[in-house]
Amino acid sequence: MRSRWRSSGEIAVARRAAEKDGSWSRVSEPILEVRDLVKHFPLRTGVLFKHTIGHVRAVDGVSFDLAKGETLGVVGESGCGKSTLAQVLMRLEPPTSGAARYAGRDIFAMRGAELRKLRRSIQIVLQDPYTSLNPRMTVGDIIGEPFEIHPEVAPKGSRAGKVRDLLDVVGLNPEHLNRYPHQFSGGQRQRIGIARALALRPDVIICDEPVSALDVSIQAQVMNLLGELQSEFGLSYVFIAHDLSVVRHLSDRVAVMYLGKIVELGTEEQIYSHPMHPYTQALLSAVPVADPTVRGQRQVIRLEGDVPSPVDPPSGCRFRTRCWKAQDICASEEPELVTRGGGHPSACHFAEERSVVP
Amino acid sequence: MNAEPYAAAVGEPGTTPDGPLLEVDDLYVEFRTRDGVAKVLNGVTYHVDAGETLAVLGESGSGKSVTAQAIMGILDVPPAAVTGGEIRYHGENLLAVDEQRRNDVRAEGIAIVFQDALSSLNPVFTVGFQIEEQLRVRLGMTRKQARVRAVELLDLVRIPNAKRRVRQYPHEFSGGMRQRAMIAMSLALDPEVLIADEPTTALDVTVQAQIMDLLAEIQVARRMGLILITHDLGVVAEVADRIAVMYAGRIVEHADAVSLYRRPGHPYTAALMESLPRLDQKGSELNTIKGLPPSLLAIPPGCPFHPRCEMAVDRCREEVPVDHGLGFGRTSKCHFAEELVSR
Repeated sequence: MRSRWRSSGEIAVARRAAEKDGSWSRVSEPILEVRDLVKHFPLRTGVLFKHTIGHVRAVDGVSFDLAKGETLGVVGESGCGKSTLAQVLMRLEPPTSGAARYAGRDIFAMRGAELRKLRRSIQIVLQDPYTSLNPRMTVGDIIGEPFEIHPEVAPKGSRAGKVRDLLDVVGLNPEHLNRYPHQFSGGQRQRIGIARALALRPDVIICDEPVSALDVSIQAQVMNLLGELQSEFGLSYVFIAHDLSVVRHLSDRVAVMYLGKIVELGTEEQIYSHPMHPYTQALLSAVPVADPTVRGQRQVIRLEGDVPSPVDPPSGCRFRTRCWKAQDICASEEPELVTRGGGHPSACHFAEERSVVP
Repeated sequence: MNAEPYAAAVGEPGTTPDGPLLEVDDLYVEFRTRDGVAKVLNGVTYHVDAGETLAVLGESGSGKSVTAQAIMGILDVPPAAVTGGEIRYHGENLLAVDEQRRNDVRAEGIAIVFQDALSSLNPVFTVGFQIEEQLRVRLGMTRKQARVRAVELLDLVRIPNAKRRVRQYPHEFSGGMRQRAMIAMSLALDPEVLIADEPTTALDVTVQAQIMDLLAEIQVARRMGLILITHDLGVVAEVADRIAVMYAGRIVEHADAVSLYRRPGHPYTAALMESLPRLDQKGSELNTIKGLPPSLLAIPPGCPFHPRCEMAVDRCREEVPVDHGLGFGRTSKCHFAEELVSR
């Protein structure tokens, strides 16, 4: 596996910075480091002259590390900011503030040739197999396009061969490279999207709900594929999804997001078997279990109401309006994401372990 | 919602003197397309009685939604065509009566809730108007009376500030609330049967849980028959009394919930259950069903599942399996059904 580390001098600089600010090195050899990432979208109104009346605080201070070869799952419901997080990390949207480092270097400061090189290292797989592929391009063109954009990766003559290899790697028939997306099923299209993401041999793939639009049986095939590719190519994934079982299956560590913030972060074992934050517990208890015999036996936590608007999130702890533990302090003081006796960080003044998965 | 799912006799008609409340009997539907005739439904039979929940479980292309549309009479004809079978409500075959009668039945007996409330609710009318419309046209209520009833219905589905909400448009509601509004709309005429076609698929899991609780409550309170159409094995396990598993336009297995999950009687059901990732442990590799669902333009001969089935033998390619009775009303369309359940 080709290493992207630069000079040892740069690594040393990164390490010294990490030592000064102890919170940086949460994992050893992180390939991606995100610190206090913020993305606000302005809300504009007016017909002739538009003025800003507020902001949608989609991502409001997110920090995490991604270790080489690991899968970090990101779960949360609509409006929590996970898709926006993906877009900002891909530099499809500029951040409002905060930093992200790939192999120790600030990705938001990159320009020109350096940015182009970055694009080869971090790729994305999107949710909707029906809109993420250009319907007017053949599959061969779609998967070959990365080589057109980055010609230095593959000399012209070798591209067709590489495209065939990629189709094979994702389990599709290489002879189909002249077909169009509409001739494939949803699951197959998703494989095409994965092949496209793999073309430039990235280190990091951000998967934004890659299996949500697929039937159960196809979902399993694509998930196995993602797992195999990770082993074979040494990939690191940021795996964003709302299906908690799917996330657990592929993830090493999991971050739970609510209204733009990470409320709990830990290994999949810690999050699923020993959740500390009330929202995580509520989320887990809401997942239906495929076993009729546990009806009436489960710890059921039902949250009232809907998620508050990200334009005007509640003061202090954002979850307090739906939380059964809320007290005065929750409104006045925002809880930090720190370890509170459970072995992994959670952002709750009253964090307490409660196992809800039967 | 039943706290204890019963493994008792299923498939026994008879809560009404005319048989089951709603019964689909050997229904065949084709879609005539440019590329040929797609056999979308191939002899679908199921029923629901008052107070019980039938889950129709299947993936895309299984025909579960088309069956619901056929019941409601909202199939696009053409290209769709009903080519056989009956749909009986209180014993009356809806396919044999005229449009007016079908409308009456649809209005007063059977209601449907769809998956995506945003595309199912009319965006240019207020939610209140859409509920009241039915009350005024069908029950002859005055505007005032209808407004009062609409607010009551929104309260029933736990939409806060119902009086204010009733004057709002669908886009002003959140996803979960829109779904509740659709449920309120479907209850306006006191249906005996409610068909819910993927009612929570587009919703977050916490909202899904709220909506499923609501549906269960309403069903119990009104003794409605509920047909829940879904692909979600978890949701089915939580609420279904009986389950009909569909594949390639057929019911391949029919059983009560406990028996189905304990020991599936059809290879497709078994494979589906085994391919689920688990919430309670991290797995290494998921069992998959190889291949893809068949094109309905060219359904494989014999058993439609045989190209993807681990147990397939020559007989499966040659002979279409019929219903094997497995006791207590359980059936399965597999030549080896008895062996599967006795493992």
